[in-house]
Amino acid sequence: MDEVFAILIALAGGMAGGLVGVGGGVLFVPALTICLGLSQVEGESTSLLMIVIVALVGTYRQRAYGNVDLRDAAVIGVLSPLGVLIGVAVANEVSQRALELSFAALVLFIAYGLVRRALAPRGD
Amino acid sequence: MASDPALPSNRLLKLAVIGTLAGIFSGLFGVGGGTVIVPLLIFWFAYGERLATGTSLAAIVIIGLLGALAQGGIYGNVHLLTGLWLSIPAVVGVVAGTAIQQRIPQRAISLLFAALLVAIAIELIF
Repeated sequence: MDEVFAILIALAGGMAGGLVGVGGGVLFVPALTICLGLSQVEGESTSLLMIVIVALVGTYRQRAYGNVDLRDAAVIGVLSPLGVLIGVAVANEVSQRALELSFAALVLFIAYGLVRRALAPRGD
Repeated sequence: MASDPALPSNRLLKLAVIGTLAGIFSGLFGVGGGTVIVPLLIFWFAYGERLATGTSLAAIVIIGLLGALAQGGIYGNVHLLTGLWLSIPAVVGVVAGTAIQQRIPQRAISLLFAALLVAIAIELIF
């Protein structure tokens, strides 16, 4: 039964990847930990593997639809490890709760911007 | 849009900022960089939603690969078989998701993304 839930959640995570371009880790991690009993660290690590596979297939499909700029993607991807180091360093200095609240505020601000832009008139 | 032969330095700088920010949020919260990459490509480069999400997925391949190699190689925390079989429904989902995405208006993608961000914010707050 837990496997069935894991499969359904993984399906939804992949669907989110295809629809909005995220890796799906937000859903893969709970599928791996809550449904399949992996520890948090094991779940996050294994989720990374799944994200790579899903993103690879998603990129392949999106490229067929003409929706991928490989050069921009390469620049973003190659420069991200620098950010990971900064992020880990910051996480060790600042309280987790402060980080969570700051990030929550930031994503809400971004969501507001996206909604405002989506509702503005344009040819689509 | 990005077919210009040389990458102008201000464009490169903005891409560098996006990559670094995506990395920072991965390092802080363990979320993929997509949450940051997609909206910034839309706001800063006027990418259409489909191009932004497709390019984000390609960037995530690299980001995730670097992370998975570090985790699997250095720490040995990746459950290979579990990850592989659970990837099967996930891949079915992403193929279906991209197919559906081609058939809905771009602004609907933005609204879906905003809904996902609100869900993430709620999860972070509570």
